[in-house]
Amino acid sequence: MTTVGLVGAALLLTACGNAGNSTDNEILVSAASSLTEAFTEMETAFESANPEIDVVLNIGGSAALREQILAGAPADVFASANTSNMELVVDAGDVDGEPVIFARNRLEIAVPAGNPGGVTGLADFARDELLIGLCAESVPCGAYGRRALQNADVIPAVDTEEPNVRALLTKIEVGELDAGIVYETDVASTDGGVDGVEIADDDNVHADYPIVVLAEAPNADGAAGFVAFVLSDDGRAILAAHGFVLP
Amino acid sequence: MTKRMDSSDRRKRRPPIVLVVLAALGLSVFVIPLLGLLARTPWSDLPALLTSDVVLDALRVSVIASLGATAISAILGVPLAWILARVEFRGRSIVRGLVVLPLVLPPVVGGAALLFALGRRGLIGEPLNQATGLVFPFSIWGVIIAATFVAMPFLVITVEGGLRNLDPRYEGAAATLGAGRWTVLRRVTLPMIAPSLAAGLALTWARALGEFGATITFAGNLQGRTQTLPLAVFVALESDRGAAVALSLIMVAISLTVLVALRQRWWGEL
Repeated sequence: MTTVGLVGAALLLTACGNAGNSTDNEILVSAASSLTEAFTEMETAFESANPEIDVVLNIGGSAALREQILAGAPADVFASANTSNMELVVDAGDVDGEPVIFARNRLEIAVPAGNPGGVTGLADFARDELLIGLCAESVPCGAYGRRALQNADVIPAVDTEEPNVRALLTKIEVGELDAGIVYETDVASTDGGVDGVEIADDDNVHADYPIVVLAEAPNADGAAGFVAFVLSDDGRAILAAHGFVLP
Repeated sequence: MTKRMDSSDRRKRRPPIVLVVLAALGLSVFVIPLLGLLARTPWSDLPALLTSDVVLDALRVSVIASLGATAISAILGVPLAWILARVEFRGRSIVRGLVVLPLVLPPVVGGAALLFALGRRGLIGEPLNQATGLVFPFSIWGVIIAATFVAMPFLVITVEGGLRNLDPRYEGAAATLGAGRWTVLRRVTLPMIAPSLAAGLALTWARALGEFGATITFAGNLQGRTQTLPLAVFVALESDRGAAVALSLIMVAISLTVLVALRQRWWGEL
């Protein structure tokens, strides 16, 4: 439902952007859900530095955003939570220039505050008596999480596959699940609502976040300016503050 | 109802053209999305998709959960409807409001409420879990409870309507002829409200089959255990659109078949 809502909202947004004559001072940025907090701060910072420009964020799952772009939605910038969705957009010839990795995220085990299941690492995901959650395989956090478990040679006793990382996080936060694999930035975003258990470096998986200016960008100059800002020291400081690893 | 009367009626009074146009537009609201679905259907892959594990597992979970929810709704909902229709008590309008609340509440809210009440750390769920070891979320029981929560109101309001329209003199007559209350209920009341009961059961079942938000929030999503057809569609939409369309077609086919069949069988006179 949320995806449909977001797609609808995005279509509305883009329709408005098209109908108006404001493409010169509006930048439509399609960004992955896990970038919500960081890119909201980017928007504020960029707009205060460039008061004549209005950054419009179109937040959604990377796969849903990819579908919008491939269907011709007139966005200016695409920031994805993984490279595979970006590659599909690149292959379709929809980008202007090469995508740049601007941030990395690492996986972390999230457990309810106090860690009632006594989870110490990925090996605990095989314990049948625990309630274990992962993201669905179709979303990046689900694919990464399974890769990490594979690296650790663990066959997880999964009890639920949540449609996105925030839904998984919520079920852990309220204590209904004993453990799940999320991003480090998600654990940080709950402000102590969940505890994090580190995943060993050998097993951990890096999520690469590429950003690119789109070929059909109605506001190509603005788009290039925004991408430059994300890659600048100011942009990197914002990403670091939200727990992203900088490339 | 005879065909001849119908057609002569129609000839005498042609429906106003404005009404026909608006009605056609109204119908198109339902038909156009179905056409969209059919247009995207990968017909050649359909047999393989329909017999894939994901689809068969989801079908099984959906059938069990929707029938389970309908059965529970019948066992608990008919008495509730009877009390609401036949017993005067203070706060009846509040009770009636509570019963229909799930109809207007976003299902996700219902699912969250169920989690806070019946979850492992929930108000009732925690003591229940400590006493019996039962855990509702992430189990088929969670799916059935979520479906019952959103679907039972349909049964209660339909049966209550049937009971209110029932002339109480029939029951009175049976009672004066010596039938006990239980016999009256079983031999007079229930048979007389059979059409409303059937309609209520059908609507309840259909709503339970289509339930999504409360289920994914309360019961989670795991293939073969808690993943119903709507959940499988939602997950497949982002990865395998062919499977999503196939699953959607199954839901449309099952629901339409049952609703049309029931309409002919029971609601013909209504």
